Amino acid sequence: MLKRSFFGMAKPRFEYESIDSPLSPEKIPLPRKATIYFKRPYDRRDTLLLKIGDAVKTGQKLLIYEDSDVYAISPVTGTVAGIAPFIGDFGESYTALTIDVSETDTFDEEFGGSFEEPNFETALNYLKTLPGNPPLSDFADPDIHLNTVVVTALDKDLLTLTNQHMAAANVDLLTRGVSMLKRITGVHKVVVAIPQKLIRRAGAIGGASGVELRPIGTDYPSALPAFILKEVLGQVIPAGKTNLDMGVSLFGAEALTNLTQAFEEKQIPVTKRLTVIRKDLSKVLVEARIGTPVKEIFTALNVTLQDMDRLVIGGPMTGNAVYSDEHPVTPDMDVLMVQDSKDVSLVSDYPCINCGDCNRVCPADIAVNMLVRFCEAREYEAAADEYDLHSCIECGLCTFVCPAKIPIFQYIRLAKHELARSAMEVELAGPETEEAEEGELAAKEPIETAEAEEAKEETAQTSEE
Amino acid sequence: MANQKRFIVSHAPFWHDGSSVTERSYHMMLAALPAVIFGIIKYGMPALAVTALSVSSAILWEAAFRRISKENETVGDGNAALIGLIFAMLLPATSPWWVVVTGTFVAIVIGKEIFGGIGSNPFNPVAVAAAFLMLSWWKYFDFNAALVHYPFDHMAVYPLSALKNFGLSSVEGLTLADLLTGKQTGGIGTTFSLGLIIGGVYLMLRGIIRWEIALSFIAGVFITATIFKANNPEQYAGPMIHILSGYTLLGAFFLATDDSSSPVNLVPMLLYGLMGGLMVVLIRNIGAYIDGTILTILLINTVNPLLDKIRPKALGKVV
Repeated sequence: MLKRSFFGMAKPRFEYESIDSPLSPEKIPLPRKATIYFKRPYDRRDTLLLKIGDAVKTGQKLLIYEDSDVYAISPVTGTVAGIAPFIGDFGESYTALTIDVSETDTFDEEFGGSFEEPNFETALNYLKTLPGNPPLSDFADPDIHLNTVVVTALDKDLLTLTNQHMAAANVDLLTRGVSMLKRITGVHKVVVAIPQKLIRRAGAIGGASGVELRPIGTDYPSALPAFILKEVLGQVIPAGKTNLDMGVSLFGAEALTNLTQAFEEKQIPVTKRLTVIRKDLSKVLVEARIGTPVKEIFTALNVTLQDMDRLVIGGPMTGNAVYSDEHPVTPDMDVLMVQDSKDVSLVSDYPCINCGDCNRVCPADIAVNMLVRFCEAREYEAAADEYDLHSCIECGLCTFVCPAKIPIFQYIRLAKHELARSAMEVELAGPETEEAEEGELAAKEPIETAEAEEAKEETAQTSEE
Repeated sequence: MANQKRFIVSHAPFWHDGSSVTERSYHMMLAALPAVIFGIIKYGMPALAVTALSVSSAILWEAAFRRISKENETVGDGNAALIGLIFAMLLPATSPWWVVVTGTFVAIVIGKEIFGGIGSNPFNPVAVAAAFLMLSWWKYFDFNAALVHYPFDHMAVYPLSALKNFGLSSVEGLTLADLLTGKQTGGIGTTFSLGLIIGGVYLMLRGIIRWEIALSFIAGVFITATIFKANNPEQYAGPMIHILSGYTLLGAFFLATDDSSSPVNLVPMLLYGLMGGLMVVLIRNIGAYIDGTILTILLINTVNPLLDKIRPKALGKVV
């Protein structure tokens, strides 16, 4: 962990890890049980299309609810062992399907036989949950008008090497992938965002087909969407908007590699590459089946997990901690980190002392010292209107430097979440009542929610420790 | 689930740079030590007694207030001790015990705790206490009277009061070296300018205090004093005297930079410091008081919330 430097006048400076050649990934053996998530809340009353004991094949498209086209791809061959609800971050709920894995892989033929030429329809139908999570639905969304695809050969968080490795290892494949992507999506402007160090190795991506190559700085947080758009396209995303609103799709190198591979080999890839950060901060790239419980990865790498350690999915700055080592490898899990209990940093319920370190470190120039006061008091509307809540690009640096150890980042995420939720409620109430509702919302006391309460309790708990 | 390991679950980010409120307080105290130790050597046991009483009573007032108001114990963060130490630095070595105890009461309880404790005080607690005592018992802050029995080996006059009462000629004997090495009278921790400068530079380099405030404060004093001097060299003292005597350096490094009562954005910090420097010299040269630093600090604390509205435009803000 980076400590405050002696000369505290200087801002802390984080460099992204970068590589100049592909790594050799460690292969994790096939697990005995695999779990996959469907992006739909579990409901007991629904008729399920799968039941315990059903046989599934590797690469088979699984639908679970009659009335919904939410699908997942079975990463293994075996039999269904269980279907259960799973609650993720911010109370998002999923349906979890557990499969007992049999030793031999049998590949499902349905996808291979479903197309002649690569086309978008097939991609949307089968490949949304590829390792690397290709943002295919965005292209199909009638509200989003994409005009540029940025292929990101870089990783969002620190110490992560997954996408860079995929770019370095698959230059030719990605070149073919870029032209295929142009063809099937009809978006003709493709830009490759790549770290300087990787240009020599992977600079050929796109070949001569008019693909622009843009080097990206190595300072955190230059690989977060807002800064990619700024550096690559010279566009500043207005507060509260996303890269999609700007017509830009960010396509990871891993997602594009797998998409291309799927069409070329007529088989859906089910292996995820992820960077594992061990307790001593050493990194290793692993190849694991989607659905592999993370504890199997740690066993294979000889990492012992202990009580009071912290398991983090996603990197050290922006990830999520999980409570169980049974958590499976998911298509978007680029990095898995474990922290020893003695390295775990905790938050506190201390008040802001107004030292201003957060203001100085904020890459988005937000007056964080004021913003956090409004967020703490649950004055989310005021936080958004007066103190630039929506300008936050969620890099986590403010919380990293806070001497009072306030969970600023979480306060901000909670504030955004609550605002989005109340906006959604207004929308659901229908257009006629919108004005009245808005007035009512503004007049209402700060929104009390289960999550807010939970976050508060959690903060209190950790500070007690 | 019986053999399930229990992991710690919390929010991103999962790293922290290791800074803490306690660390900041202790570094501030460390930086104040050269000046305090010099004061104790110079004034002997009475100075040590005042310092010790001030620090300990400040801690006790905070502990007592927190207990009575049924709040969490906070003396561990070192802020009360820091307030006590800085308050002692302002006092003459001969201050009676009740002045010290009353001062720390005002600083901790009225200056800080009733506003909600650390981080919530709109004014610098030490400045509140010092202003309160100066207005109530002026004679205990008259350094000439307070230190009359000390056998000094240098000019035994408080430079600023000499300047005010007897004019420029009375302080002409003071050289730069005298002022830097503490050959002047004043509070326990305010005469050894060199020590204060060393402490201040340390704090600025470590990023504990905001250098913009400290340096612009001194620059404000320098500029204003130079203008006065240029207009009427017969009547007004130059910037050297103003910067190196009285509470100026202590104010610049330890009082004006108090976290919660000072701005954090760049332009506001510079304006805040410059205004402070300007007011110090205005009060000394034109105003009724001998040393305007304490009142100046309170004054700039008042404008701080307004000043701090000047902030950079956030990323992607559309107005």
